[in-house]
Amino acid sequence: MAERTITLEVFRYRPDSEQEPTFQSYTVPYREDWVVLDALNYLKDETDGSLSFRWSCRMGVCGSCGMMVNGTPRLSCSAFLKEYYPGPVRVEPLANFPVERDLIVGIDDFMNKLKSVKPWIVRDKEQPVSEGEYRQSPAQLATFKQYSMCINCMLCYAACPVYGLQPDFVGPAAIALAHRYNLDSRDQGQSLRKEVVFSHEAVWECTFVGECSVVCPKDVDPAGAIQQEKALGALDLVKSVLMPWGSR
Amino acid sequence: MKPYRRPISPLWWTKKTSYTLFVLRELTSVFIWAFLLFYLVQLSHLAQGTDEYLAFRDQRASFGWLLFHIVALIAAVYHTVTFFNVSPQAIVVRMGEEKVPPAFIVGPQYAAWLLTSVAIAWIVLR
Repeated sequence: MAERTITLEVFRYRPDSEQEPTFQSYTVPYREDWVVLDALNYLKDETDGSLSFRWSCRMGVCGSCGMMVNGTPRLSCSAFLKEYYPGPVRVEPLANFPVERDLIVGIDDFMNKLKSVKPWIVRDKEQPVSEGEYRQSPAQLATFKQYSMCINCMLCYAACPVYGLQPDFVGPAAIALAHRYNLDSRDQGQSLRKEVVFSHEAVWECTFVGECSVVCPKDVDPAGAIQQEKALGALDLVKSVLMPWGSR
Repeated sequence: MKPYRRPISPLWWTKKTSYTLFVLRELTSVFIWAFLLFYLVQLSHLAQGTDEYLAFRDQRASFGWLLFHIVALIAAVYHTVTFFNVSPQAIVVRMGEEKVPPAFIVGPQYAAWLLTSVAIAWIVLR
């Protein structure tokens, strides 16, 4: 019996020789247990070594292999070929990001935005190690655990039309991570983050399309995090009007 | 080497059902705005007395105005239902380590909507 195959239409952009991207069709063996990343690795090993894409863990943890698969942002390591059989499967770089080469996008903008919300535990004053760890109850952990599952895969940015149309938007993952640290009982950095998080380019730019939460492979629900930060931002605004002398 | 920026089509919202439904949700506010404007004009005529109000009402007893009100009602219902359905993402209530189930956030909103509608119907129709 002839081996079953499936066609991949892969976005190619070679900036050293091309002005515009093209699509290249490849036929790969169809295996039920293969994901799109397996097919791309097969192509790179057997057919076309120049094909470029990012990947690392192959188990949905590292967040490196995000791509548009048939128009939807997916981790290519968890997008099974059988979901798309008999194909063809169109593989493109993550939407809304500049393309560096083939399926590789530039992530500088995301990294800068992530850093701008200080996604780490901020303390007014670090307590000495001799005083022990910062203790936390299971209930306190539960308030933010969901948001700490973010793997920075950027699928949410690729799904967000607001980020596509308004590239200054701080975006879903960065705001969700700001929310994660704001909710953390050990953190004291909310007042430092609010200048960015409550700005027009952050929570107020979001129109709650909700697709970021739909495509999130870790069920982080960044759309929910943004709406919750909006409520905190509105409260902060009311407080600043009613009590302008209040703590800043 | 220059990164390639892909253009975004003005019709981006037609490429995916969820985007189309989102844009429709946003458009509903235009009909709600138009209805509220109509309602304010209606109130100003009512303030001028019964005869003035009845004349205003009779002038608008046409199929076009009926259609406008039907479309505005559909838009308002769609806006309300989609708003209620996403509210559990924005309102998080915790009982210890667990989140209160979404139905407990959405349910009271539908109940309040129903009670308000019944109260208004009772005032208008009694």
